[in-house]
Amino acid sequence: MPNMIVCVKQIADPEAPPGSFKVDEATKKVTPAAGVSQVVSPFDEQAVEAALKIKDAKGGKITVISLGSNFVMDVIKKPLSMGADELILLKDPAFEGGDSHATAYALAMAIKKVGQYDLIFCGRQAADWDAGQVGSGIAEILGIPSVTPVKKVEVDGNKVKIERVITDGYQVIEATTPVLVTVSNELGEPRYPKLKGIMAAAKKAPIEWSAADIGADKSKLGAAGARAKLMKLFVPVKEGKCEIIGGDSPEEAAVALALKLRETRLI
Amino acid sequence: MADNKGIMICGEAIEGKLAPITMELLGGGRGLASKLGEELSLVLLGSGLGDAGKEGIAYGADKVYTIDNPLLKDYQTDAYVAVMEKVVKQVAPSILLMGTTAMGRDLAPRLAFRLGTAVSMDCTSLDIDPNSKLLLQTRPVYGGNAKAIFVCEGSKPQMATVRSKAMDPIARDDSKKGEVKAIDAGLDPAALKWKVINTVKEAVTGIKLEDATVIICGGRGVGSAEGFKELEPLAKVLNAAIGATRPPCDNGWVSPTIQIGLTGKIVGPTLYIAVALSGSSQHLAGCSGAKNIVAINKDAEANIFKEARFGIVGDFKKIIPAFTAKVKELVS
Repeated sequence: MPNMIVCVKQIADPEAPPGSFKVDEATKKVTPAAGVSQVVSPFDEQAVEAALKIKDAKGGKITVISLGSNFVMDVIKKPLSMGADELILLKDPAFEGGDSHATAYALAMAIKKVGQYDLIFCGRQAADWDAGQVGSGIAEILGIPSVTPVKKVEVDGNKVKIERVITDGYQVIEATTPVLVTVSNELGEPRYPKLKGIMAAAKKAPIEWSAADIGADKSKLGAAGARAKLMKLFVPVKEGKCEIIGGDSPEEAAVALALKLRETRLI
Repeated sequence: MADNKGIMICGEAIEGKLAPITMELLGGGRGLASKLGEELSLVLLGSGLGDAGKEGIAYGADKVYTIDNPLLKDYQTDAYVAVMEKVVKQVAPSILLMGTTAMGRDLAPRLAFRLGTAVSMDCTSLDIDPNSKLLLQTRPVYGGNAKAIFVCEGSKPQMATVRSKAMDPIARDDSKKGEVKAIDAGLDPAALKWKVINTVKEAVTGIKLEDATVIICGGRGVGSAEGFKELEPLAKVLNAAIGATRPPCDNGWVSPTIQIGLTGKIVGPTLYIAVALSGSSQHLAGCSGAKNIVAINKDAEANIFKEARFGIVGDFKKIIPAFTAKVKELVS
């Protein structure tokens, strides 16, 4: 039965209205908006779902690993309530201020400490920084193959059949374990936790590991380990000059719009 | 590392022809090369590259490296990373760019980790800092709600992937001279840890979104597969392609291959008719290249009206038929 690891990130809800989004240009940080809740990054939830589908078919164990600070327990335990078996939280001030490199390094060290893995799942990108690198980075550090982004994974013994999303369709790929995949939205909606799962998750205490616990070299972690330097963070200015076409009825407005587009030579 | 020089584009060829994104990268790369006073090179990996190398010269490269090998026919992570690692170490460019494509999204991060450098994914603009001469890499973050500018100070090459339609190609000049040099892949087939056993193309009827000058895009408010059918007569009249936001794709109303957005296609038509879609940042990331957006939405507060040039507040089911009839009359 496969040993599976899923890496997830807790982020501010990306579906929050764009108007609530603000940044502090001086500190180059996003200002947390009031009323915007924390969620598991959507692609990461789909990564959990991909692992659960395999567990449904073949059994196995799913270990979820998350690196972050200010974890909200109800949020970060969601993979457990969906059906994952174990949750490891990487918490240490040394992890903070990292880029994709520092994050991939810390997660790879934690995965090494877990030891046994056949499949590793990540979301194709976190819905905050949209960097889309951590999955490939972990695979490179661990020296295992990676396939990105994918919409279906099936396991038979040590053989893995993967559907990789490409521009105009998908490729069917054959790999052997261990392999890392990053999961895309084409996988479909993740399952909702059932009451039984929520109750079981409530009883499970996450395991917490520090930088020292995973034997990480502190010079490769957090801000010290970052290779990309953020120079500026800003919200682009929108012009917002929409001409609303009206009319006595929707049909009249539609005709007026057609005439307007003709007049401006857009049709 | 200090000796790294020049700008290298890792390009793509489709059936022996240069891909549009590669022409765009060569156009953008040309500008950066002049600012630095350095050479612009193009690398092409594949099988049966034909005259794509010569095309690279015509579109602005000073030099082209081709690696033509049957093992490189389909994109395969292990093969492409190994070959690019070899080429980068041999040529030692200061900047390495590729497209945010199925290839670039997978190749760039893994190669950056292999080379011990950083990459900025999905950049929308690139520039050279006048003082440090480093590459300024601007990319949308937080689903397009903000933009971030990154630099890579401590390692070379400085890497970025660039979104399609973000840069303009230069005019093709077939009289331009330049060297096309073949490099041996030096690949061991055993190094390829996975293989493609089948490629399934999900055929889209009509015009491709990437090529369309008019796009009609439906959102969650279209409501069903039948709702999307109601957009088809208008698409026919305007010779337009039909796209969708993420919810209609995730709900199975339309094929996921027509998704426009951060995780779908990036388009840049002249006219973009947004039907019953709210204008989430995730979606806008895919259509911000549109020259003119027309919004049709029941909700006057919908974010899409902030992006649109013209708009109607109302039910698309009533508006689209009347609009289609009038457009048909006007264009016939």
